[in-house]
Amino acid sequence: MNHIAHAHDKHETAQLGFWLYLMTDLMLFAGLFATYMVLRGGTAGGPTAAELFDPTFALSETIVLLLSSFTCGIAALALRYKKQSLALWGLGLTIALGLVFLALEMKEFAEFYSEGHTWQASAFLSSFFTLVGTHGLHISIGLVWASTLLGYLIRSPHHDDAHRKMSLFALFWHFLDIIWVFIFTIVYLLGVLS
Amino acid sequence: MIHTLAEGLLGRLSLDYLPTEPATIGAAVGLPLSALAIVAALTYFKKWRWLWDNWLTSLDAKKIGVMYIAVAIAMLLRGLADALMLRAHTAQAVGDNSGLFTTDTFQQVFSAHGTIMIFFVAMGLMFGLINVALPLMLGARDVAFPFLNSVSFWLFAAGMILINTSLVIGGFSNGGWLGYPPLTGLEYNPGPGVDYWIWSLQIAGIGSLLSGINFTVTILKKRARGMTLMKMPIFAWSVLVSMVLVMLAFPLLTVSLGLLSLDRLMGMHFFTSDFGGNPMMYINLIWAWGHPEVYILILPAFGIFSEVVATFARKALFGYRTMVAALIAIMFFSFIVWQHHFFTMGAGANVNAFFGIMTMVIAIPTGVKIFNWLFTMYKGKIRFDAPMVWFLCFVVTFTLGGVTGVMMAVPAIDFQVHNSMFLVAHFHNTIIGGVVFGFLAGITYWFPKIFGFRLHDRLGKYSAYAWQIGFILAFMPLYALGLMGAVRRIDHYDDPSWQPFFIVSAVGVLVIMLGVGLFILQLAVSIWKRKELRDTTGDPWNGRTLEWSVPSPAPEYNFAIEPDVTHRDEWWYRKESKLALPKKSSYQDIWVPKNSGLGIGIAVFAGLFGFAMIWHIWWLGFVAFLVVVALIVFRTYADEPERRISAEHLYHLDKGRKQ
Repeated sequence: MNHIAHAHDKHETAQLGFWLYLMTDLMLFAGLFATYMVLRGGTAGGPTAAELFDPTFALSETIVLLLSSFTCGIAALALRYKKQSLALWGLGLTIALGLVFLALEMKEFAEFYSEGHTWQASAFLSSFFTLVGTHGLHISIGLVWASTLLGYLIRSPHHDDAHRKMSLFALFWHFLDIIWVFIFTIVYLLGVLS
Repeated sequence: MIHTLAEGLLGRLSLDYLPTEPATIGAAVGLPLSALAIVAALTYFKKWRWLWDNWLTSLDAKKIGVMYIAVAIAMLLRGLADALMLRAHTAQAVGDNSGLFTTDTFQQVFSAHGTIMIFFVAMGLMFGLINVALPLMLGARDVAFPFLNSVSFWLFAAGMILINTSLVIGGFSNGGWLGYPPLTGLEYNPGPGVDYWIWSLQIAGIGSLLSGINFTVTILKKRARGMTLMKMPIFAWSVLVSMVLVMLAFPLLTVSLGLLSLDRLMGMHFFTSDFGGNPMMYINLIWAWGHPEVYILILPAFGIFSEVVATFARKALFGYRTMVAALIAIMFFSFIVWQHHFFTMGAGANVNAFFGIMTMVIAIPTGVKIFNWLFTMYKGKIRFDAPMVWFLCFVVTFTLGGVTGVMMAVPAIDFQVHNSMFLVAHFHNTIIGGVVFGFLAGITYWFPKIFGFRLHDRLGKYSAYAWQIGFILAFMPLYALGLMGAVRRIDHYDDPSWQPFFIVSAVGVLVIMLGVGLFILQLAVSIWKRKELRDTTGDPWNGRTLEWSVPSPAPEYNFAIEPDVTHRDEWWYRKESKLALPKKSSYQDIWVPKNSGLGIGIAVFAGLFGFAMIWHIWWLGFVAFLVVVALIVFRTYADEPERRISAEHLYHLDKGRKQ
C-alpha cells in the first residue's frame, strides 16, 4: 500500500472511531438526561423548573449555538473546496459564537447562584447544573480544540490533513448542537410547560 | 498560617491517615518495600532502558496485551489474599470470638476484593487476551489505533496504582464493590476511602471505554481481505459484541461515579437521603452498567472456549450461525435485565415480572452455546491438553452457576435469597467457572504464539483440578449458608452450626490458592524448560485460525504478507489444500508505528489528577488536568512517526524459516 492510500485509509478509520466515540458520549448524556428526569421533581421546597427558567433566554442561547453550527459547516465545506480564507473566517466566527454561548450560560448560572438557587439547594438543581454544565464543559473543550485548529490552519492551510482534521471537529460541534436541542426541549420547554 | 499553607499544598493529606492496625500496617510497609525492591533490581541489572524500549513504550498490541496480563496476574494475587483474609476471618468469628479484623477493616477488604477482581483482574485479563489474539485472528497487522491502545493500558495501570495506594495512606472504601449511597455519600463516609474507589475506577474505566472503541473499529476496518463478518473466527464475534457493550455501558459507569463524586466534592444532592436526592437512582444507573459488564467479561471467555473446543476436538465449531445469533441476542437482552439485581427495591409486581422473565429469557442463548460446544465435541477426535481441561471444568461449573441464576430470576425466590451468601455463591460460580477458567484457558492456548514455547501441560492440568476442587469447597457451603439465612458481607454470626460451613469454605480458598500457585509454578517451570517446550512450527495445537499461520513468537508486524481469506477456518483450509508458498514479488514494505512514551505521560498525570481529587489538593488537580489536555493537543498535531521494514528483509526472513 502506498503512502497516500495509507493516509486515506487511516482517516477513514479515524472517522469511524470518532463516530463511535460520539455514540459513547451520547450514552453519557443519556445517563444525565435520565437522572434529570427522575430528580427534577426533587426541589426540596425550592423553586421548580417552571418558576426558574426563562425560555426566551434559552431560545437566545439556542439561536447563538445553531448559528455557530452553521458557520462551522461553512468552514468545513470551504476547506473541502480549497477556499482557505473563507474557512478561517468560518472557524473564527464559530469560536466567537461559541464564546457568546458560554457567556450566556455563565450569566444564567451566575444569576441562579446569586439568588441562592445553587447546586447544593436541591436534587433538581444538582441535576440541572450537572446536565447543562456537562454540555458547557464539552463546548469549552470544543473551543480549545477549535482554537488549536485555527492555529494549525493559519500555519499550514494547504496541508492534506487540514480538511480531515476540520471534518472531525465539525462532527463534534454538530453533535453538541444536537445535544443542546434536547436540553432546550427537555429542560427548558418541558420545564416551563409542567 | 502554616496550617492554611499546608492545607493549600497538601489538601487533607496528613500523617493521621497512615494505617494503625497490625494487618494494615503490614500491607502499608510491604507494598512500598516490594515496589522499591523491583526498582532496585531493575537498576542493579541495568534493565530500565530495555524495559522502556521493549515494553513500556511499545505500541505493539501483543506486548501491550502481555503487560495487561502481567498486571492482572499480580492483582489476582492481591485479590486472592483479600479472599483468604475474609474467609479466615469468618471461619472463626462466631459467638464470643470477634475474628481477626475489626468490622471496618473487614468491610474494606471485601470492597477491595470485589473491585480488584472485576476491574483489575477480569478486565485486565480480557483486554490482555484481546490484544494478544484479536489482530492475529483477523489477519491484521495491528489494532486500529495503536497509540490509543497504549493510553488505555496506562490508564488501567494508573487506576491500579491508585487503588493500591489506598493501602499505604488513607484506607479503602468500606462501601462494597459497587459503593451504594447513601453509605458512600459525604454524610456517612467523609474520608478518602470512597474517593479512592471512585477515582481508580473512573480512570481505569475511561481506559476501558477507549479500548472498546479501538477494538470495535479494529474488527470493522482491519479484517483481512475476503474475511466477511460471517467468516470471522467466533472469538472475534464475541469480542465485537462485548466491545459494543463496553461502548454502550461504560459511559453509564462514568456517569454514576461522576455524580457520586459531585455529591462528595461539591455537596450536590443526587443520591443523598434529603434535599430531594434519590439513592435508588444510583443503584439503577450503576446496574445499567453493571449487568452488561458481566456479559462484557463472559462473552470473550465464551469466544475463547469456542476456539479451544473446535481446535482440540479437531472439528469445525458446531452451529457457527446460531453462536453468532446467540451473541447478538445476549447483547440486546443484557440491557433489559438490570433491575433483577434489586427486585426488593419495591418497583412493583409488573416491573419485577418483566425483568424476571427477561432474565430467564437471556439464559436461552447462553444455553444454546453450551449445547453447541457439546455438539462440537461429539464425534470429534479430542485431545485433552490443559486448555481442554479448563473447558471441561468450565462446562460443569458454569452450567451450575447459570442454573442458580435462573432460580434467582424468579422474584419470589429472589426475595428469600437477596443479598445472601446464596447470591455470593451464584456469581462466583459464573465468574470463576466462566470468566476465570476461560481466561486461564486462553492464556495457556495463546502463550506459545507470543513467547515461542508452550506452557507445561501437566502442571496446567493440576492447576485446573485444584481450582475446580477448591471452587466446590469454597462455594458450595455458601449456597447452604445462604439458604440458612447468612447474609453476604457478614463479619460475625452467633449460630455455631454455621461455623463448619465457613471452615470448609476457608479450606476451599486454600485449595484455590494452591491452584494459583500451580499456575505460577507452571509459568516458572515452562520458562526453565523452554527449550524442550519450544514451538518450532508456529502451530502447536494443529489450529484452525490465522494466528497459527505465522511463526511463534509472532513478529511485531504479525503477517509478512497480508492474507487473503476464503474460508471460515482459513488456516485449517490452507493446511488441507496445501497452498504454494508466496513468491518474492508478493512481499511489500511494512510500516509499523514507532514507540511512544506519551501514553505513559497522559496516564501519569491522569493518575495525579485522581490523587489530587481524593485528597482535595486543588492546585495539583488543576495542573494535572491542564497537562493532560496539553499532551492530547500535542499528540493531535504531532506527526506519527513510523518505521519501515523492507520487503527484501521480510522475504529473506520467511525463506529462512521455511527451508
